[in-house]
Amino acid sequence: MSYTFTVSPDFNPDLISGWFFFNTWLQKNLNEPIHLELYNDFKSQRQAIENDEIDLIYANPFDASSLVREKGFIPIACPDNASDEAIIALNIDSEISNVDELQPGLRISKTDDPDVNMVCSLMLEPANLDTQNTTSSTRATYVLVAKDLITNNADVGFFLADTYLKLSEITRQKLKTLVCSDIHDIHHLLLAGPKISHKRDEILENLLTMAEHEKGLGVLKSLGFTKWKAVEQEDTEFMIDLMETLES
Amino acid sequence: MKDMNAADITGEYREAVLTFHSGSSRKVFYTEIESPMPDGRLIVSRTDLNGNITHANAPFVDMSGYTRGELIGAPHCILRHPDMPAAGFQDLWNTLKQKKKWHGYVKNLRKDGGFYWVYATVIPNIRNGEVSGYTSVRRRPSKTKVKEAEALYRTLE
Repeated sequence: MSYTFTVSPDFNPDLISGWFFFNTWLQKNLNEPIHLELYNDFKSQRQAIENDEIDLIYANPFDASSLVREKGFIPIACPDNASDEAIIALNIDSEISNVDELQPGLRISKTDDPDVNMVCSLMLEPANLDTQNTTSSTRATYVLVAKDLITNNADVGFFLADTYLKLSEITRQKLKTLVCSDIHDIHHLLLAGPKISHKRDEILENLLTMAEHEKGLGVLKSLGFTKWKAVEQEDTEFMIDLMETLES
Repeated sequence: MKDMNAADITGEYREAVLTFHSGSSRKVFYTEIESPMPDGRLIVSRTDLNGNITHANAPFVDMSGYTRGELIGAPHCILRHPDMPAAGFQDLWNTLKQKKKWHGYVKNLRKDGGFYWVYATVIPNIRNGEVSGYTSVRRRPSKTKVKEAEALYRTLE
């Protein structure tokens, strides 16, 4: 039997090769065939999940909720010392310096990244801005969101902080951060679906010792991680509760 | 719960005695000094069924003025400000008992006697159909909403 592994589409494009290295490393260590399937957008990935085509996923916190509660996925691990934060950015020449200065009619550029969009929307609340008095355009990638800001086709852009900070130097020079979230408690995590859940402990053991071996360490570096840490069911339930609390 | 310590207070203060849902009471000292929530900061906490804090993220520790060690195990009402009407908290507990989400604007009391306003959301943590505790997220409210809440709460005192 072959398993299918996928990664939340909000990953940094520079890390594509890292995920392929990781998949190869995992196959070798588990001695199981695993196919890495990367989706361009959340819609097509969700369709694959809905069709029960996914066995292993590095999921964002928002999607983890439905995967655990509706699809029976179980948590395995997450990168150590990593948390998902979101950034609202502006054109470098914008005169806006804090959220309170934003006005109704604000033009937002964003991707379809659900947790980033949720957190950024919360960060607009102090200016009394919501979907009723703003307009938004959804772009396929964060690079296109940045382009909207640079060309003044949007007033603000919503970004995953990690991805924003890894935009090219030339792009970053044309943008500035208005606000960055400070939450600490939400993060991407690796989940096992029902077909591969019997291997959860074996996968975890391999991940936890990954940094101790030269090849494993190289793969971790290619993903931008230092090491993995175990995630228990209750840790995930807490994060799901937290996402539910934020959805308001 | 321990009374507040006047030595921890910064600036001129007044004092009040608060009586909580549990029937216990606490002497608090409070000032007019506001420490506004910075943009982007989200306070996250969890409590057990008795309202004792079991988790506090870094922004919670920073905004409250307490150390993490002082917060963990303490009742969440350690943050209760005397300007908050008891009716607001009664509504919170009534809503949570129905296993529903509660929202509200809350003026919180810092360890140094100062205050900060938040828009709070609290949900019951349901495990196997039973409530096992509560998760709360607090974020910066708009100034207009705070003014509306202040006006409303004065009528409920």
